[in-house]
This record gives sequence, C-alpha cells and structure tokens, in this order.
Amino acid sequence: MAKATFKVPVLSQYPEVPAITPGSMAHSTPFQAKPEFQAALGFPGELVENWQERAIEKMGELLTRYRSLRVYLDACVKCGACTDKCHYFLGTQDPKNMPVGRQDLMRKVYRRYFTVAGRLFPKLVGAEDLTKEVLDEWYSYYHQCSQCRRCSVFCPYGIDTAEISMAAREIMDSIGVGQKYCNEIIGKVYTVGNNLGLPGPALVNTLEGLEEDVFDDTGVHVRYPIDQVGAEVLFVTPSADFFAEPHVDGLIGYGKVMHESGLSWTFSTMASEAANFGLFIGSYENMRRVALRIREAAIQLKVKRIIFGECGHAWRVGYGFLNSLAGPWDFLDPRYPVPQHICEFTWDLIQQGRLTLDKSQNDDKVLTFHDSCNVARASRMGDEAGGQFEIPRAIIRATCNHFYDMDEETIRDRTFCCGGGGGLLTDDLMELRVKGAKPRMEALNNVIQEKGVTHMAAICAICKTQFSKVLPFYGMEMDQIISLHQLVSNAIVLTPREDDDDGDEGAQSRAENADEPD
Amino acid sequence: MPFLTVLYAYLFYGAALVFVSGLTYKIVQYTLTPAPLKIPTTPAPTTRGGVVLRMTREVVLFESLFRGNKWTWMFGWLFHFGLFLVTLRHLRYFLNPVPAFIEFIQPFGVYAGFAMIVGLVGLWSRRFLVDRVRYISSRSDHLMLGLLLLLGVSGLVIHFLFHTDIVAVKTFIIGLYHFDFNPLPGDPVLLLHLALLAGLMIIFPYSKLLHAPGLFFSPTRNQVDNPRERRHLAAWASRLERS
Repeated sequence: MAKATFKVPVLSQYPEVPAITPGSMAHSTPFQAKPEFQAALGFPGELVENWQERAIEKMGELLTRYRSLRVYLDACVKCGACTDKCHYFLGTQDPKNMPVGRQDLMRKVYRRYFTVAGRLFPKLVGAEDLTKEVLDEWYSYYHQCSQCRRCSVFCPYGIDTAEISMAAREIMDSIGVGQKYCNEIIGKVYTVGNNLGLPGPALVNTLEGLEEDVFDDTGVHVRYPIDQVGAEVLFVTPSADFFAEPHVDGLIGYGKVMHESGLSWTFSTMASEAANFGLFIGSYENMRRVALRIREAAIQLKVKRIIFGECGHAWRVGYGFLNSLAGPWDFLDPRYPVPQHICEFTWDLIQQGRLTLDKSQNDDKVLTFHDSCNVARASRMGDEAGGQFEIPRAIIRATCNHFYDMDEETIRDRTFCCGGGGGLLTDDLMELRVKGAKPRMEALNNVIQEKGVTHMAAICAICKTQFSKVLPFYGMEMDQIISLHQLVSNAIVLTPREDDDDGDEGAQSRAENADEPD
Repeated sequence: MPFLTVLYAYLFYGAALVFVSGLTYKIVQYTLTPAPLKIPTTPAPTTRGGVVLRMTREVVLFESLFRGNKWTWMFGWLFHFGLFLVTLRHLRYFLNPVPAFIEFIQPFGVYAGFAMIVGLVGLWSRRFLVDRVRYISSRSDHLMLGLLLLLGVSGLVIHFLFHTDIVAVKTFIIGLYHFDFNPLPGDPVLLLHLALLAGLMIIFPYSKLLHAPGLFFSPTRNQVDNPRERRHLAAWASRLERS
C-alpha cells in the first residue's frame, strides 16, 4: 500500500452517495506557474494590478465567444441531477465538487456583473462580487475538475461543467494566475515539441532501442520510423508512449500493427505529442498553436494520412477540433478520416482478416476495459455513434479470451474519469487524484472480486499514468493497468520480412533519414 | 372604468412587453453567440435528423434527466407536462372561437392542474430533504417554486371553490387585444392568480426560467457529430487564420 498523508477512501461493494462535507477540499490547490512560463503562452506573469476589472472584461469577451458558456450560466435550474455524478464529489464529499456547486462559483459572479437580477437583488439570486476570496476559490475548485463531461450526460440542458472550468482557467490565465503543470507543459511543446520535453535525438535513440528489443523478442524486424519524408502515414501519439510504462508496450503494439498493414509510416519530432493541453486551459489560441504543429509535420513529411495513438483528451481534440483548429486537410488522402484513431485502424485490419492473432498469448490475463472519459463522451470511432465503446471492446475480444465489463453504470458514456484528467495529473494534487479515482477503483475492485479480473486496459496516456500511481493506494498493483495495444502486441503473429536475418541495416537507414526534415 | 381593470390591463401590457422583448433579446443573443467548436456529448447523432430526434426526446421526455435522477424526473415531468396541458386548457380564455381541440382537452386540463401541484410539491420537498439539493438552493429557487405553486393552487381554487365570472374574464382578456378595456371581476383569488401570472411573465427573461429557450441552444445537445466530415469554424476563429 502506498503511503498517504491523507485518508484514502474505503472501497465498498455498492456505490453510495456521501453526505456533503463543506470545505473538505478547500485546501487543495495546485502550484502556480512562474512568470517566465506564463509569458510563453501570452499571459501576464503575475496577478495584474487591476485584475478584477480585467477578469470581468475577459469574462464578457468569453460570453460573446462561446455560446456554451452564455447558455450554461443562464440555464441551470438547480435541479440537482448532477450533484452525485462527479467522481471528485463522490471521493471528497465537498459540495463545491458537485458540478452545480463548481459552476455556481462562476455563476454567482456572472449574475452580479452580467444580469439585471444580480445587479439589483444580489442576495436573492445568489450573486457575488469577484473578490480575492472568490478568485482563490476559483483557483482551487476549477483545478478540481477533470473536464470529463460526466455531469453533462445527466443534465437536462446538457450543461457541461468542462466548458465553465475551461473559461474560468482562461480568465485566471488572462490576469496572471496560471497553473504550473499545464502551462509549463504547453511551453515545452512550443520549445521542444512534446509535453515531456523529449528532444528529437532522444526520441530517435528510444525508437532505435525499441526496434532492437522487438527484434530480440520476436525475430522480426519491426520498424519504428521517425521523420521519414514521404511516408504514407503520420503517427501522432502522446509523448508518454515513447518511454513510460505501460504506455510504451502500447506503442510497440502500434508498430507491429503498422508492420502488418504494410503501409509506410512515421512519427515526427515536430508533432511528437498528440495531447493538447491548450484544451485544459480553455485557450483556443494556444490549442490552435499546438494543433498547427501536426499540420506542419504533415506538410513537411508529405504524408497522406494521420493516425492518432491512444490518448483521451488528445483524441477529443484530434477527432473533434483538429479540423477546426488546423484544417482543412484537403491535401491528405480523402478516402480516410482525418485523423484516424489507431483503434479504428487496427479494427479495420482485423475485420479484413489482415492480422493473425493468437489470443492464447493473453491467457495469463483476465481483462476489463476502462472507457476514457474524453473518448467516451467527446468523440467517436468508426461510422456509428457509440463506436468509441464497441471498437476497443471488439479489439479486446479479438485478442483475449477472458474479458468482463465493469458495472454498466460505470462504463461507456457513464464511465468515471480516472481522476487525473484535465490537467490535474500532477503530484501537487495527489490527494485529489487518489480520492477522485474512488468510483473507478470501486467498480474495478468489484470485477476483480467477482470475475477474477487481473488487468484493466485503457486507451489514454493520462489514465495509464494515473492508474499506475493510484492503484497501490487502494491495495492493488501498479502494473494492473495496461495499454490496449499491448494486448494486440502480445497476440499478433508477425510476418517476417526479407531483411529479418540482418537486424542492423534497417535501423541505420532510418537513423540517417531522421536528420532530413530538420 | 374601475381602477382594478385599468391597473390589470396595464400590468398585462407591461408584462407582455417585458416577456416578449426580454425573451427576444435573449434568443437573439444566443443565436448571435457562436459555438466555435464541436462539443456534442457523445454518443451523438451523426445527422441533422438524428439531432431533431435527440432534441425531441429531451424536450418531451426529459431523457437526460431520466438517466440522472428518477425522482427529479418524475416530479419534474409531472409538473411540466401538467403545466403544458393547463396552458393549453387556458387558451380558451384567449381565443375566440375556441378550437375543437382545446374544447376537447378541457377536462384533462383540470387533472393536469393537480399533476402540476404534485410535481411542484415533490420538487420543493427535495430542496429540503436532500442535503445536496438543499446546499445548492438559493432564495430565488424557493421563491420560484412558491410562485408557481401559488399560481396553480389559486387556479384550482377558482375552479372548485370560489368561482369567478369567467365570461367577464374572457371579455376582459379579448378586449385587451384592441385596447378595449372591459371590467375585470374583482374576486381576490382571481386577482392573485392574474398577478402571479404577470409576475411569472416579467421574471421569465431574467431568471433560470431561461432554461426553456436555453435547451434549444445547448451545443452539447443540438450539434451534429460530424467534425471530421465537415469543417466547423466560427467567425472570430477564422480571423485568427488570416493574421
């Protein structure tokens, strides 16, 4: 069991809605971004002098930019349907972590400055001035929302708290109050090219090592090319996939699938990050700037298709926003969606009978599947609504003999966030992350007890990192979370190529090519 | 002309003006505010027709609320459907001649009045009994329920206990269309009922009652899930591309 300085929730067999405990998470507050990191994103370094005025001005601007914000601040009737839906509320009991409680932190300011009722009768309608206390509360509680959209599923008006959290973070950034984790990471994408700050040569080196490992392991020369001009497919994946566990086992799987497909493909140092943290801070401009790197890489490398690796919020931006932010993609092959998800690609190959899969290779595992929040509720795979649930499960069934779903109320569009999404995957929020994982841990624990499940597969870099960190707090093992494409990787029977008796040549030619586009 | 008649006539002109102009203002505002990104809560329909179906289910059946909370759904649906029938029933005081359909639903409209009351009482009691809902309720939430409940109860009282000269009421209302003031009966319950109605009309565009038009403008519900097929770009976002 991992050490905790706070009380780790006790898992129960039947989920219970806790009684509210006001203020129980008021102390939770992430580190603030230093001035130099703020500047890179176009934000003031520290709290500006006339911050109150500027914040209200920014709020007014966002109200004219986003219909969602305007309508959602007006429409809530306080029916309470969302109050027991947020994993952070269920794990912390803090009523300001109820979606409506979180929204009201902004709604009370909106009413005070932007509505007749709030200007005339603030007490009656719960309107409040934007004071320093309110700002601190915003900073704390708008960084206790993982923008997972579970609340929006149950709201009779579809109010999405993520929209409000994003707006709040953008307002705070605009007056110099930024969050260290998100803003430093975006800065790294601008300067180095990915969230983890892995420079190009390090990526080349890592991929070379992987090629050797896979060759040693399988005797087949599977290539992991990078910056290869003229490749058919640009592969964009979260940078954690290049080296973190269990992510990298998924990346090995992508390479094997691409190998079997026979298509030429390449990673890119320019677009060595699928995730787009611009989403988390609600900044269209920053989100666009990050997304344009993918366009630039696609043009430079003269590719015809783009495929995304396993990543939740990245897939939201990829599937839902990439066309708006960095399109049109008319220079790519129009026969394929832009971008395509690796699960769509793998499933297509399986359906065409082009992958030979030996399910027994995964017989040491009993699987369940965690629907990542932003894949589940903010995107799609395939042509049918709900493909984002069916396709990953179909891949698991095609690669494993033992698979059980968790409780219906905790999967598909009712899935619980892992507890680390939306820019909260940072050590300074560990208490929140552990407590927020409770509903998912509960459902997982139940299938472990009842069905003998040994592993949970996921298709999101944040989910994977978060679960490997929090599983031990709940008495489980960190390696019980695995990449979906690790299962594919285990089961796939590779087709040898002609040059497989000479393992070094391919790696060399790839390394030479690596320098070209720079 | 009795003072009350003139007072109520102007009250309703004022209320109608506030209601129509306020609501128009909000609807125009919602329409003009862009939704720059595709954010439907998925799984979402991939066609316009599918979205119309989804919206219809939301508006008629409160589908999301049903999934969210069965008690709130039951009371909420009873209240809204009751209110809808009661409103239809009341059209007979506003239309001349009365359409056959409105004639037909008259008896149902009375039952609906009771359904409305049951729904409101249920919703209001949740504001006291459920700690989470108690926490989020502000004074205006209670007042709103009080206003609607009083409106419903006073209506039923007029129907069952203290009848008013309903023909005179209708003459008064129809007369307002032509600035022709006819005497309004002075029954206190009727006056209360009408004052509450005017109050409701006045606060509608300035309160959470905006959830009614708001639902139709909610991007998570009214957007087609087709971002890869069609490029979606707001005017302000396209300006970024030119700079």
